[in-house]
Amino acid sequence: MLWILITLLALGALGFVLGRQRAVASAGGDTRVLHSLPVYYGTNVTLLTLVPALLVLGVWLMAQPIVIDRMVSAQLPDSYVAEAASRDLLMTEIRRLADGIDTAVERGAFNGLDALNLSVGDDIRRQLADAGVALGADVSPEVLQAAQSFREMSGAGRTWMTVAVFALALAGLAYAYLRTTKDLRARNRVEHMILGVLMLASTLAILTTVGIVLSMLWDTRNFFQLYPWQDFFFGLEWRPSFEGNSELGLIPLLWGTLYISLIALLVAVPIGLFAAIFMAEYATRRVRSVAKPLIEVLAGIPTIVYGLFALITVGPMLRDYFAAPLGLGNSSSSVMTAGIVMGIMLIPFVSSLSDDIINAVPQSLRDGSYGLGATQSETVKQVVLPAALPGIVGAVLLAASRAIGETMIVVLGAGAAARLDLNPFEAMTTVTVKIVGQLTGDTDFSSPEALVAFALGLTLFVITLGLNIFALYIVRKYREQYE
Amino acid sequence: MSMEDAIMNDMTQIDQGVAVDELKMQARNVDVFYGAGGGTRSAEDMAADKAITHAIKHVDVDIADKTVTSFIGPSGCGKSTFLRVLNRMNDTIDGCRMTGDVTLEGENIYDPKVDPVQLRAKVGMVFQKPNPFPKSIFDNVAYGPRIHGLARNKADLAEIVEKSLRRAAIWDEVKDRLDAPGTGLSGGQQQRLCIARAVATSPEVLLMDEPCSALDPIATAQVEELIDDLRSRFSVVIVTHSMQQAARVSQKTAFFHLGELVEFDDTDKIFTNPSDPRTESYITGRIG
Repeated sequence: MLWILITLLALGALGFVLGRQRAVASAGGDTRVLHSLPVYYGTNVTLLTLVPALLVLGVWLMAQPIVIDRMVSAQLPDSYVAEAASRDLLMTEIRRLADGIDTAVERGAFNGLDALNLSVGDDIRRQLADAGVALGADVSPEVLQAAQSFREMSGAGRTWMTVAVFALALAGLAYAYLRTTKDLRARNRVEHMILGVLMLASTLAILTTVGIVLSMLWDTRNFFQLYPWQDFFFGLEWRPSFEGNSELGLIPLLWGTLYISLIALLVAVPIGLFAAIFMAEYATRRVRSVAKPLIEVLAGIPTIVYGLFALITVGPMLRDYFAAPLGLGNSSSSVMTAGIVMGIMLIPFVSSLSDDIINAVPQSLRDGSYGLGATQSETVKQVVLPAALPGIVGAVLLAASRAIGETMIVVLGAGAAARLDLNPFEAMTTVTVKIVGQLTGDTDFSSPEALVAFALGLTLFVITLGLNIFALYIVRKYREQYE
Repeated sequence: MSMEDAIMNDMTQIDQGVAVDELKMQARNVDVFYGAGGGTRSAEDMAADKAITHAIKHVDVDIADKTVTSFIGPSGCGKSTFLRVLNRMNDTIDGCRMTGDVTLEGENIYDPKVDPVQLRAKVGMVFQKPNPFPKSIFDNVAYGPRIHGLARNKADLAEIVEKSLRRAAIWDEVKDRLDAPGTGLSGGQQQRLCIARAVATSPEVLLMDEPCSALDPIATAQVEELIDDLRSRFSVVIVTHSMQQAARVSQKTAFFHLGELVEFDDTDKIFTNPSDPRTESYITGRIG
């Protein structure tokens, strides 16, 4: 693998030098006659050499295992598959054996020819164990045969891949080299190819998102086949039990999520917004240059550290000074704890975004207001904030979607008990915490208790996506007015 | 008597001739420095400091009541800066220092007892670029009266808004959509809206910083007509790059060059018989 890459890069470098030389030569050494700068001719050849070859290499590497798996799997007699537990398990065994033989050959336990002539009677398991490869069970003839054809196909595939990649690279090199003359619009061609690379990158990013959603959709569908959707979306109880008979109602988790997020926003929005107004409108440049980074330090603290702060400091304090004296409970894990600490975490989001937005309000509006005899606070209240309001709403919504997705602070601050309650000093929990809870430990991925995590994840994704889209919509809708 | 009649009456009063020589504002020995930081350094000290920009140098100007005074001069000559001296708008700029005396009706506006915010209600300002607030047309005009509590009740406020919009010659165009956002108007309408907003607080002096530079010729003509009307109630000070405009709308003209006031006289005299050779070069197009 590595040597293929290195050779390709070497070819690319060679192409650069050759292309540049040929271009300069075709211009008779006078680079002013060239259509483009010499470096573009070289880059053109390099790109044509590398890009198609690398693309084919990448696709081949991804496709080959899938194709070979399919083919080997088709070879297995159906009767034998029925005997074994499942086709997937069998394929794992075959792959393991094939890899094992390869490793053994590499380590010199036996030579390539011996490897091909292995038979069941040779006690392969012991031989491989001697070579340092452990197998789970004795090898059956069917598995051995499949593993051998697996090895054969992989080897052939690898050879063909090497041939194809180098043929393509050389063809690209030759084509681009021969096309290089002084009139070739190398500059425009390079531009086009760079555009293609950029487009490929953005496509990959989008496809990844789609892939994530699709994989969630798949498991969510499996979940809803095992558990009725009405009970999930409208159930008021969250009581999973791995012996079956679980109640997996979304409502208590959603309530906890929204309750904690609400408290977090009640903390973060006023403080963040007032801080932003001070920074943008009142602070002198010196104060601003010191205070702004200090506030933004808050954004760099890992959420687990906030969680510890909630667990050790805020939780007990709230319990001792508020909850217990007021008779509202004596749990140090509470919605209030998680909400307040999460609010502190969100302050820099709100303040930093709002600060930028307030700064973007044109100075001419402020001048207009001052010119009419308004004071600074009148100007801020009646001109600057209304002008910045859409952006501020956007900032708040972005903060809200952060709050909804937060996990660590909730685990440590609010506990893991799903509960429907109005008392903010009670322990509750959120969707994210339960996703982690359902998937940690020994889980069986075909039970509704584990699969519910995907339904929860998808629900959360839809909520935050909706919030983000709404935020972007608001920000965009009102932005045009001042530009 | 309808409102329009009242306004017409106002205008006829002027045409009958109110004394134009009554002194409204007076500036004596004004110097302005940028990048001066805080402190109380003297004008001579700051003028000697190379790091400080000396934007205005010893300027004396008298602004007469019910007169249009225009400031002309090449870009960067300090005419806008000087205009902002007259309502202390420069206070909002960091590091801007001013020395000298400016009086409004005999009262020093830079006296520590004077509240710059109150001053700006008396000395209104219209800016180069139309800057309507992102509010409705009505709220734009009602902004000043609301802040200063000029209206007794809602009907009173509506009357002030209508009167101001009429005075800015934009009432007929917007009377059916007072709730529409002021930012949705065309450039010329926006500028007249800003003028309406400025006159709504009944200032005594109206400062206009190149009010027509962003407007097309038709809107410019409308605004110029408006300036002429406004003279009936206010003193108007206008900064302009267009010498024709200065000649058309103003009675007094001041020519600034490199931070100095070169010449200040009746508009007619400046444009026909300037006494300083630099003024002549500028108005004939040789410098600037």
